[in-house]
Amino acid sequence: MKKEILQGNAAVARGAWEAGVKVAAAYPGTPSSEILKDIADNYPEIYAEWAPNEMVAAQVAAGAAVAGARAMASMKHVGMNVAADVLMTIAYTGIKGGLMFLIADDPNVHSSQNEQDSRNWARFAKIPLLEPGDAQECYEFTKTAFDISEQFDTPVIVRTETRVAHSDSLVEMGDRVESKIPLGLDPKEAPKYVMVPAHVRVRRKAVEERMKKLEEFAETFKYNKMEINDTSVGVITSGVSYMYTKEVFPEWSYLKLGMVWPLPKKMIAEFAKKVKKIIIVEELDPFLETEIKAMGIKIWHGKDLIPNMYELSPEIVEQSLKGKKYKAPKIRIKPEDLPRRPPNLCAGCSHRPLFYALKKLGAFVFGDIGCYTLAVAPPLQALHTTICMGSGVGMLHGASKALGKDGLGKIVAVLGDSTFMHAGILPLADIVYNKGYGTVIVLDNRITGMTGHQEHPGTGFTVRQEPTNMVDYKEIGNAVGVKSVRYIDPYNIKESMQIIKEEMAKDEPSLILCKDSPCMLLRRAKPLERFKNPLYVIDTDKCRGCKACLEINCPAISWREGAGQTADGHKRKGTVYINPDQCVGCEVCAQVCKFEAIVPGKK
Amino acid sequence: MKDGKTTNIFLSGVGGQGAILASNILAEVFIKAGYDVKKAEVHGMAQRGGDVTTHFRFGKKVYSPLIKYGDVDYLLSFELLEAIRYINWVKPEGKIIINNQKILPPAVSLGQMEYPKDVVKVFKKYFKENVYAIDGQEIARKLGNIQAANVVLVGAFSNFFPEVKDEQFVDAIKSLLAPKLHDLNIKAFYEGKKAL
Repeated sequence: MKKEILQGNAAVARGAWEAGVKVAAAYPGTPSSEILKDIADNYPEIYAEWAPNEMVAAQVAAGAAVAGARAMASMKHVGMNVAADVLMTIAYTGIKGGLMFLIADDPNVHSSQNEQDSRNWARFAKIPLLEPGDAQECYEFTKTAFDISEQFDTPVIVRTETRVAHSDSLVEMGDRVESKIPLGLDPKEAPKYVMVPAHVRVRRKAVEERMKKLEEFAETFKYNKMEINDTSVGVITSGVSYMYTKEVFPEWSYLKLGMVWPLPKKMIAEFAKKVKKIIIVEELDPFLETEIKAMGIKIWHGKDLIPNMYELSPEIVEQSLKGKKYKAPKIRIKPEDLPRRPPNLCAGCSHRPLFYALKKLGAFVFGDIGCYTLAVAPPLQALHTTICMGSGVGMLHGASKALGKDGLGKIVAVLGDSTFMHAGILPLADIVYNKGYGTVIVLDNRITGMTGHQEHPGTGFTVRQEPTNMVDYKEIGNAVGVKSVRYIDPYNIKESMQIIKEEMAKDEPSLILCKDSPCMLLRRAKPLERFKNPLYVIDTDKCRGCKACLEINCPAISWREGAGQTADGHKRKGTVYINPDQCVGCEVCAQVCKFEAIVPGKK
Repeated sequence: MKDGKTTNIFLSGVGGQGAILASNILAEVFIKAGYDVKKAEVHGMAQRGGDVTTHFRFGKKVYSPLIKYGDVDYLLSFELLEAIRYINWVKPEGKIIINNQKILPPAVSLGQMEYPKDVVKVFKKYFKENVYAIDGQEIARKLGNIQAANVVLVGAFSNFFPEVKDEQFVDAIKSLLAPKLHDLNIKAFYEGKKAL
């Protein structure tokens, strides 16, 4: 048996491969993105694709499963909000080949727009949910999920979270076993798969019967485990919460639930009899606690002590349960007094001049999700809403209808190329259809940036880097009926401002596309080739220390204190400095400087 | 690591400094030595200049992927500010290995805040002789590539584990890096080892 250290996400990929999965689809989202990439890179037996969004990914997986293949869709927690329409009804029809939805939660919102607890989907959709706590379990639970799926004719959710998905540990692994279910479609099965009311009522009953069988199954499921030690306290827990609690209270007894829905009620009652007092330790919602209390089982502690928001950790579990007896480590310095190191747009990023232009125009910017969300931070502060993928466009339209003509010339929506494909096209069609106005700017940097460079329908490449068909954004704009579709070069601030101003003033929808402005980290697009000069430097004879260039928040530019004067005698308190190792020559700072003090330099 | 006790190593730095490679080398080495290993990284926006931390734990059986606050045995830090930020995490008897390098965060670049002064001195006040400052970047620059500073630090750090042979670190470096980078990084490892 092979033993390797794997990231939780890579362990999911491995488990899927060994389970005989044939089709895997996903839309990238932290902390789930590595799963599909890992499948594409390592497991050629699996067809893998980046879908334009999670709903499509779920549909692709569902179709493959109905055709008899083992299939999966992976996504971050908010992705399931988009895919839920598929989930809630494929839960009725069931499947033929095993179907698994991998949902990666993000407690403490390391990189998300909310902190939802995906365990709730299982109860809502009436399907089983498994919760691994480390890479070994990611691997084993993923494999098991496909067996459960086929045995009970149900989709299965495997739910991870940041510290499971993005932590590495040892995995003992095996080999791939092909599924024995024959591929093929049977038209006679329409009553199972066509969810018209008459069929739904039949399947609705099947769902309840399935749930009863799953409840029985949970009682003997091998990953629901009792560990009886000191019986004065018994902890009911799951996933990474088990890991934290076991770490700080190894002496207690545990009921570790591998399957969080449905719950093994008899096993829980039996555990309750074996121990004196019960504590429930779970991250986020009181999911287990609510259910176990409803069984009439007395709980000593749960969410009265364990926080119901942010993530848990060994010290949070210890402090919550020990209360005043917790001995806090000595505070040597106050870390909150130290300068933070927030993420920033890269030097040379095309989003920087674009947001500078929007700020100068005084626009209210309906934003979206991507690297460009960083434009909310000072000193740029040029992005004013972020709700979900594609939301900026629809919100722009709603605001225009609320404000009427007063909003003309004042509002704009921005979103990335990947985000436009994900959920931006339909709200744009809505503006056209309902005779609205509003300017939508697609910050086309040729890739899904924030999550680490995943392909999408506009990049011209598949997940396996094969060249493929490519969506043309201008044609999409024209096709939904936008009459005014224009390109801008975001690196030309003056010209961009002029074009955006003209479009914002129009009482009709308009679409602006950033052209020739690829992500600085996207090597194949040769992002640096478009810059005339390799770098820029400060002419200290001319720099007046006005700090205007600091307003663009470039990581290459810093302030150097020191009284002095320019060559023509203007007094100054210091000058700026451009770090030659970081500057890529985008010229944005030089355009911002009023005193021609930023000039081309040589590498 | 004696008596089946878990050893906690906290790595910190700035995106692009190679903290992740360093933790991968440690993982290879301690797995080969027969330990259970867990490590947890914060991913996502590190490429965009943010801070990077890795919780690295090894022992007979490791449960939590995260080190308990205040339980760090070794703080291995690639940047001074990113070292002092985690000073409270270290046990009183813990050891600190710091790369003597400053990378200014935006608030300092923009002249709004000051970079913390005398980081190494502050550490020495609390941890006395258990503080080791290494000029990783200078050593790597002499070898021809400042990118190897991370492996210099791994070399220095290896002194704390005399039971692990140098060859095991060298094997891990070879298995994780492209062949053209082997020479440089193996030299960096040995120079780091000597530096402490």
